[in-house]
Amino acid sequence: MLEHKTSQVFMLMMFASLTWAEDAPTMDHSKMNHGDMKMQEAEVPEKKALPMDHSKMNHAEKSGAMDHSKMNHATMNHTEMSMQGSDVPENARDPHAYSDGETLHSLPFYHNDSHNLYSLVVDRLESVTTTGNAAMTYDLQAWAGQTYNRALIRAECGMQNGKLENARTELLWAHAITPYWDSHLGVRYDSGSGHNRGWLALGVQGLAPYWLYTEATFYVNEQGRVSFRTELEYDVLITQRLILQPRIEANFYSKNDTAHSVGNGLSNIEVGMRLRYEFRREFAPYIGVEWASVVGNTANYARANGNTVDETRFVAGIHLWF
Amino acid sequence: MKATTKQSILPLLSRRQCLKGLAALSLSPWIKTVYAKPADILSGSEFHLTIAQTSVNFTGTPRLATTVNGSLPAPTLRWREGDTVTIHVTNQLNESSSIHWHGLILPYQMDGAHGVSFAGIAPNRTFTYRFKVQQSGTYWYHSHSGMQEQTGLYGAIIIEPLKSEPIIAERDYVIVLSDWTDESPMAVLDKLKKQSDYYNFNQLTALDFARDVAQNGLMPAVDKRAMWNEMRMNMTDLSDIAAYTYRYLLNGNTPEANWTGLFTKGERVRLRFINSAAQSFFDVRIPNLKMTVVQADGQNVEPVSVDEVRLGAAETYDVIVTPKDDAYTIFAQSMDRTGYARGTLTTRAGLTATVPALDKAEPLSMMDMMGDMNGGVAVHHAKTEYGASVDMRVDTPRTNLDDAGIGLRNNGRRVLTYADLHTVGGSMDSRPAQRDIELHLTGNMERYSWSFDGVEFDDSTPIHFRYGERLRVILVNDTMMTHPIHLHGMWSELETPDGQFQVRKHTFSVQPAQRISFLVTADALGYWAWHCHLFYHMHVGMFRTVVVS
Repeated sequence: MLEHKTSQVFMLMMFASLTWAEDAPTMDHSKMNHGDMKMQEAEVPEKKALPMDHSKMNHAEKSGAMDHSKMNHATMNHTEMSMQGSDVPENARDPHAYSDGETLHSLPFYHNDSHNLYSLVVDRLESVTTTGNAAMTYDLQAWAGQTYNRALIRAECGMQNGKLENARTELLWAHAITPYWDSHLGVRYDSGSGHNRGWLALGVQGLAPYWLYTEATFYVNEQGRVSFRTELEYDVLITQRLILQPRIEANFYSKNDTAHSVGNGLSNIEVGMRLRYEFRREFAPYIGVEWASVVGNTANYARANGNTVDETRFVAGIHLWF
Repeated sequence: MKATTKQSILPLLSRRQCLKGLAALSLSPWIKTVYAKPADILSGSEFHLTIAQTSVNFTGTPRLATTVNGSLPAPTLRWREGDTVTIHVTNQLNESSSIHWHGLILPYQMDGAHGVSFAGIAPNRTFTYRFKVQQSGTYWYHSHSGMQEQTGLYGAIIIEPLKSEPIIAERDYVIVLSDWTDESPMAVLDKLKKQSDYYNFNQLTALDFARDVAQNGLMPAVDKRAMWNEMRMNMTDLSDIAAYTYRYLLNGNTPEANWTGLFTKGERVRLRFINSAAQSFFDVRIPNLKMTVVQADGQNVEPVSVDEVRLGAAETYDVIVTPKDDAYTIFAQSMDRTGYARGTLTTRAGLTATVPALDKAEPLSMMDMMGDMNGGVAVHHAKTEYGASVDMRVDTPRTNLDDAGIGLRNNGRRVLTYADLHTVGGSMDSRPAQRDIELHLTGNMERYSWSFDGVEFDDSTPIHFRYGERLRVILVNDTMMTHPIHLHGMWSELETPDGQFQVRKHTFSVQPAQRISFLVTADALGYWAWHCHLFYHMHVGMFRTVVVS
């Protein structure tokens, strides 16, 4: 039971951090002379408080921890200056007010600026060396679309002896919801090592304040299990091309799952540091070190199966995109 | 390349085959590639212009440019005020083309804004422009189709006044500044959409931070960065595209090629500076030589003597210099200080003067983000500025016109500002504004989306000017970049912060967190383009159609 609570607290924290990310004060007021600046006394509205819509998630547990109506908004409310994001004030101007009813299509000539974009981002393609073992990992995103709406494939997988292990492949619809955040809605399929299973996926991806790249996604499978995955990356520029990237990835599960040897709560965590050199923006080899651990009940399963619970990995790979 | 070789050697092949063939043939020693030539000067009232692709080589690698009559820049056109000019433009490209006469007052059907005021010139077709020239001064022309402006289709227009020329000079040179990339412009845009700081190699690093801590202490160093990083704003974001891919050209010459203009000591030399760059601001100076600014965007201004002039894309300034030494460098550094265009003024061909070092890039300041915290001017954000398309809004914009802008503040030189410009003869229309139109310059750097009021062109509606009305346009820059905004077909008359007439121009650079206002007389019926003249901003949606009816 205690473990269960812990998992809920973790999820709550994740929500809270995301919420904070979007609605954080954009500057320290104490340092500024406000004059007559318009201030946004932020009672964070529902839709902004969470970049995801809970109503669409079929939570197995209705214990309340995920019900953000019970979250204490006051603790995350900050007096906010309305320089970024925030709600539309009632007296905001109508951008079409000057058209007097004309539309672009009612004019004799027309041009269209939109064009489609396609990209493949291989965030990590690396060899992973631990004591007495070598493997490969890929972590990539492929997308197609325009500025605010994109179809996205996100995939991460470990490969050992040419076999997929713990492959996670997601097909997502990405929609821009705020200047720095996209919402994701789609499906996830896990494969490799006989662990095949499907999930519904709902999450966000974007930049938290201070340029913290964030992926945070909830997954629900047909048994009503809920899992949560988050990945954070931050680029520290040593020089214009030599970049140190701390990275954290963690997975949480709502229930013990003996079949997959996954325990509830925080299940595993990876903390890594990669140093890349951008020969071009699109091509950057790197080396790095990563500490990976299974924790909680997952660690208990691992021990019971005679597996190690943590390891230090040395990685070498390439980051590339086009 | 196309012009001569195609017809003589491969007359039966299509243009595309021809180009492919030529690419292979160019390896052959007996086929000589024909490169783009310097701009000719064409005078008169009837002109034949042919748009085609021609080889250029600015980097060591041959590339195809979009040229007019085989030259880059396009030929300089000399007209006379009061004449009716006829220009037959033949398009020999594979795609539609157009020529827009920038800053000219003419019927909208002759304005050449592809997809706004006409349908463009289809491949292998000729469009005849004919209009009466109703003004004088320095202007320019460029393609308003596809990516052709970035690939070379721009040239100067000089219009002699009907009455005698009040600006006296013994020499007269056009100085066309531009930027060139060997990359395809679509590839450049693609990169910016995927990583908007792709070309910025001037970002603050951990080493800069360490240096800052050593010099100023930990907390000041943290404070300097905290707000910018918290807002995910980059204070080194001075120019989307830099010398990493750009070569900066002066009259189609790289700095090494060194365009040279001759003079005799004691002569007054008129330099007609035109910023034809797609995406670059130039800060122009001639070390050891004062420049007297006499014209801005083709309109004569009260002479003002300065050391340096910033030209936003599409702006023009005419200056008079009276050189006393043998050689001077015309130095035009890009706003982000990654490169420069350069030429030489000299008494004897072959002489050169010292080329100054690039200034150090100056990061954006709080003023460029916040405007004037004590300013009392009201802003009216559009309701579409609160979504994903807008990464910041300025609630307290600055309204002063006497700021030279980022990188030019307190540099020890006398730099021209809009507050220095006074159009000779004052305003054209003494009526007060009957109404205000407020438009906000908006964008999201991270997504590389640019818009007005948070709405890109494709989702926009036209802006209606009522025929004959005098109206006030208020532009508020809710971004941290400077945007040169150009309204086709009608003059923009800038106001001082207290509502007095300042200067008449066709393009105004609006600085970050700045609010400017100008008056327009809506006396030109039809359909007009209104857009940011930074090419890639225009392309992704910082564009409106204006309907005057």
